[in-house]
Amino acid sequence: MGQIILSGVTKRFGDAEVIPPLDLDIEDGEFVVFVGPSGCGKSTLLRLIAGLEDTTAGRITIDGRDATGMPPAKRGLAMVFQSYALYPHMSVRKNIAFPLRMAGASQAEQDRKVEAAAKVLNLTSYLDRRPGQLSGGQRQRVAIGRAIVREPSAFLFDEPLSNLDAALRVGMRMEISELHEKLRTTMIYVTHDQVEAMTMADKIVVLNAGRIEQVGGPLELYRNPRNLFVAGFIGSPKMNFISGPEAQRFGAHTIGIRPEHIGVHPTMGDWRGVVGVSEHLGSDTFFHVHDTGLAPGLTVRAGGEVALRHGDTVFLTPEADKIHRFDQNGQRL
Amino acid sequence: MARAVTPQRKLLNTVLAWAVALLLFFPILWTFLTSFKPEPIAVASPPQFLFFDWTVKNYVDVQNQRNYFDYFWNSVIISLGSTILGLAVAVPAAWSMAFVPGSKTRDLLMWMLSTKMMPAVGVLVPIYLIFKTLGLLDSRIGLTLILTLINLPIIVWMLYTYFKEIPGEILEAARMDGASLMSEILYVLTPMAVPGIASTFLLNVIMAWNEAFWTINLTVTDAAPLTKFISGFSSPQGLFYAKLSAASTMAIAPILIMGWFSQRQLVRGLTFGAVK
Repeated sequence: MGQIILSGVTKRFGDAEVIPPLDLDIEDGEFVVFVGPSGCGKSTLLRLIAGLEDTTAGRITIDGRDATGMPPAKRGLAMVFQSYALYPHMSVRKNIAFPLRMAGASQAEQDRKVEAAAKVLNLTSYLDRRPGQLSGGQRQRVAIGRAIVREPSAFLFDEPLSNLDAALRVGMRMEISELHEKLRTTMIYVTHDQVEAMTMADKIVVLNAGRIEQVGGPLELYRNPRNLFVAGFIGSPKMNFISGPEAQRFGAHTIGIRPEHIGVHPTMGDWRGVVGVSEHLGSDTFFHVHDTGLAPGLTVRAGGEVALRHGDTVFLTPEADKIHRFDQNGQRL
Repeated sequence: MARAVTPQRKLLNTVLAWAVALLLFFPILWTFLTSFKPEPIAVASPPQFLFFDWTVKNYVDVQNQRNYFDYFWNSVIISLGSTILGLAVAVPAAWSMAFVPGSKTRDLLMWMLSTKMMPAVGVLVPIYLIFKTLGLLDSRIGLTLILTLINLPIIVWMLYTYFKEIPGEILEAARMDGASLMSEILYVLTPMAVPGIASTFLLNVIMAWNEAFWTINLTVTDAAPLTKFISGFSSPQGLFYAKLSAASTMAIAPILIMGWFSQRQLVRGLTFGAVK
């Protein structure tokens, strides 16, 4: 089980309202990602669910029980921290066994569960080392191991991969996704990286200034962003926004078009511009096109082999059915 | 970029360091030497440094007049007792100040420290009267209590700075892992803070061992520690420098030896937070 329901959950630090009243349902077994820019309240929301912060108002229900005032240990959740938060004075074995020891499990049970978790996470040969003798990725796995042995009703991840280098991050991302497939336990994952959100989530919760901007599957958010914020936040590189007469032509205050939905042609097209900086990624090339008279700059994705030089004149054509229209309040039309 | 250190500069630094160390150590050395001099030579002018008739008579006389070990045990009991009692109070106090600070925590810490700024003699009369009323005069319990109280601000401050260095997330992890407050302090915080607690312990033992004002003023014989032992040789029959030196040497020797063996801990304790 691992159903979590937030109703009217509010958090204030003094006069500052970090999270205005918020409602959210998380179903059992879901992989939910909270994503948003830094300071949007996503970590605070996670800590409220964990019980590490007290709610100012509202109700948190975990598996049908009111958990609002419960201490963290009683909520049956496990958390993986950004800094790993391993106990530096204990061996890996003791770190993983710690929650079991606190729960009063027998030595035999502790050993059995630690061995099992170590096997899943490829830590068997490191069990007698101290955290200080492990690499970043291994430490992260120990932190996950410590969470697994509790057999929690939900896992909470607070930006667990931000201290790892890019290559390791991709590897760990896969490992966590595989772990979710294997355990089918509810996971709540906080990140500021929309790529992590898109690749891992069943359901993404986009947060901005403590408010939920949109909740939905990765592709739903990508295809039908509810407002300008979500449209700009989900997708990489960012969606291009154009306002003014060109937007009015489409009956909108602002239109949005993703870089991958604009065609590039050297001689003909709807919009004329000049090529600025190009980013060659091998498989793709991103061109920044200026002097279109529509927006300060437009980003366009082209194939890796398209060769355009700085200063070349190009013509751009948006795919008509991929244009997103927004009103003056930034809401989708 | 590292500064280039020339051999001359290195030599100069070494000489200076030795000079400062000798200057600081000289009074102890002089006391030690004087304790082996016959009384007339101890006050001789010009002073004699090494070439005199070395004698242990002073030590024998001192021991005959007063039993050193009575005082020694009182010192041990009072300094260890007040340190352990102080730590028992200060660990939870520093925990709450470091990890769940309130809006007044800073002020509270400053206030605690400010009590050390007042001269002790300012409260001698009230404390003396309280001790008299409670029957604590010349008792080990009374001295242990007063030393605990006067050193408590320093213990709390030292532990507070140590605890501040421990990432709060580790304690939160323990909380998530099902640890109660007691388990959190016992199994996670304390083991991580052992170096800090050890140097606090050592420093406090030294401070309590050397504390002279309260130990001298609140004791007569039963609970008198080594500070009283020294002062006992400084007045009634005029000054006997050699005997006084012998008493002082006997009084400071144990703590000096302890300090010697725990140098590394002590230095770490004294400079903690200063260099990072």
